[in-house]
Amino acid sequence: MKRWQTPLHSCRAAGRASGTRMTQISTSTTLAERSSGRSAAAKRKLSRRQRRELYWGLGFVSLAVGGFILLKVIPIVASFVISLTDWNVARAPSFIGLNNYMRMLTADPLFWKSLWVTAYYSLFSVPVSMAFAFALAMLLNTRIPALGMFRTLFYLPSIIPVIASSILWLWMFNPDFGLFNAGLDLLGLPRQRFIYEEGQVIPSLVFMSMWSVGPMMIIFLAGLQDVPNQLYEAVDIDGGNAWHKLRHVTIPMMTPTILFNLLISIVAALQTFVQAFIMTEGGPNNGSLFIVFYIYRKAFQEQQMGYASALAWALFLVICALSILVFKTSNRWVFYHGGDD
Amino acid sequence: MSAMEETSFKDLIVRQRPGVGKRRFAFLVCIVISLLMMMPLAWLVRSSFMEMGQIFIFPPEWIPQPFRFENFPEALTVIPFFRYFVNTMLILVPSVVGTLVSSSLAAYGFARLNWPGRDLVFGVLLSTLMLPYIITLLPTFLMWSQVGFINTYVPLIVPNWLGFHVFYIFLLRQFFKNLPRELDEAAEIDGANPLEIFWYIILPVSRPVLLVVAILSGLNAWNDFLDPLVYINSSDKYTLALGLAQFTGLYTSQWNLLMAASTVIIVPVLIVFFLTQRYFIEGVTMSGLKG
Repeated sequence: MKRWQTPLHSCRAAGRASGTRMTQISTSTTLAERSSGRSAAAKRKLSRRQRRELYWGLGFVSLAVGGFILLKVIPIVASFVISLTDWNVARAPSFIGLNNYMRMLTADPLFWKSLWVTAYYSLFSVPVSMAFAFALAMLLNTRIPALGMFRTLFYLPSIIPVIASSILWLWMFNPDFGLFNAGLDLLGLPRQRFIYEEGQVIPSLVFMSMWSVGPMMIIFLAGLQDVPNQLYEAVDIDGGNAWHKLRHVTIPMMTPTILFNLLISIVAALQTFVQAFIMTEGGPNNGSLFIVFYIYRKAFQEQQMGYASALAWALFLVICALSILVFKTSNRWVFYHGGDD
Repeated sequence: MSAMEETSFKDLIVRQRPGVGKRRFAFLVCIVISLLMMMPLAWLVRSSFMEMGQIFIFPPEWIPQPFRFENFPEALTVIPFFRYFVNTMLILVPSVVGTLVSSSLAAYGFARLNWPGRDLVFGVLLSTLMLPYIITLLPTFLMWSQVGFINTYVPLIVPNWLGFHVFYIFLLRQFFKNLPRELDEAAEIDGANPLEIFWYIILPVSRPVLLVVAILSGLNAWNDFLDPLVYINSSDKYTLALGLAQFTGLYTSQWNLLMAASTVIIVPVLIVFFLTQRYFIEGVTMSGLKG
């Protein structure tokens, strides 16, 4: 299987490959059986062996599968059931059909606002941070001195607890005494209000997200290192320049890695929470009312579990729709080269 | 930024072999980006040592004068940091152990045993990576409150014993899959059952990846904010992250103390990162590679 294949695709591939693997194993078993001179018993023994592996396999995965059912399947179903009620910690819930969804879609401007804010942030931060991570990975894929040090320094901000980085950036964004306005002063540019102004809060948070692209950068770097050198040499021979290499070799060869990072960062961006909680409290004028923050507020501050569950389902459906969209279009732009190793 | 350097380096590039000039340019860009990326941390450290008076000077100064070390003891006493550290460890240690046990067992089942439906089950588990956490959090919270475990660490620890973070199963499975089959087969001929093979053969050779999972899940528990926020309500049970958030609400304008407190929560992470950097980077690399 291709070394740099994305995991989500690999499940599909693994499904295909498992047949082959099974035959390989059974051949080796029959060979072993034959050598002991009992090929007639081999067939029965094989199925017994398979049954044994099934029991053992289920035993090994039982904790995880139990957790999957208890902490994922049941909650998702429960969440949908709760979303059909007016569940509120104070009184007994009653069934209200699709009223929560009706309210969400027709009578709650904050829902639309939070959806817009989340979409705006994601559409902005995902490409920007991916491009930045890609550029950093390209830099680290050259033969320059102190490479290890640069890799460490570029990665370092990503390990800082998001709660601490939120407080730090809150202080740097401070309009009166913060680092950024000092920098703007130095460059002779007008001061900004950053997260304290509705029009700037999302761009400011996008800028902040560029600080912690470390994991994405490392994944890109690993992908870059797997691009075969002959392909670049071929471009050289054809008289191509660096741009041709990037456009016709690097990017096509990196599309599986790009797909992987794209999915991971979309799902992460849509679930932004701590920044809103610590830095902006959803403001100003709900300009950073990320949907997860809005759900949190409805569920745990206003105790409207039913309505919050409906909101959570809306987010779930958005993520499902986006992943399907990305996967459906991926066979048009993701390039899987035929080689095997 | 880069446009200016490009012109100033053009002269150099002409004189030398093209590769060298390009590499020198990349080196310079790396230095500039490193400086920019370290600037917030410099700002953090500088602010954490300053007096209140100096912190509100504009344009800002970079060197604290004098260095006010008392910020740290003050920040550590206003909020019972030691207690919160203990609380955090009370969650972190059992969570890491649970993650190691449940994830490695599952990963072995998915990587080294052949049973019908295996890849389907794994695919379904893996697809939950796309599941927004908040959707399961609400009913799970209601479930834990039904059985009376709110304001305890149980809801924060138990999911880790049930392989909740599928990502670690994925990571371990990748590693187990690439181990030579002969290991299992040799042990099998000697009459070992899968559990014995797992314990005596697979786990000992998998120490590096187990360490990766331990570090990543430990970091996860250290940084976790939403879960403690939802499940813990009495302040003597707060974790460090939660305590820091509460501190932020109380001392909004005392930036030197806030920065000192933030530094305290960051430093242990940095130490672990520097000690285990190789595994760290390896772990992240593995997550994107090797189908």
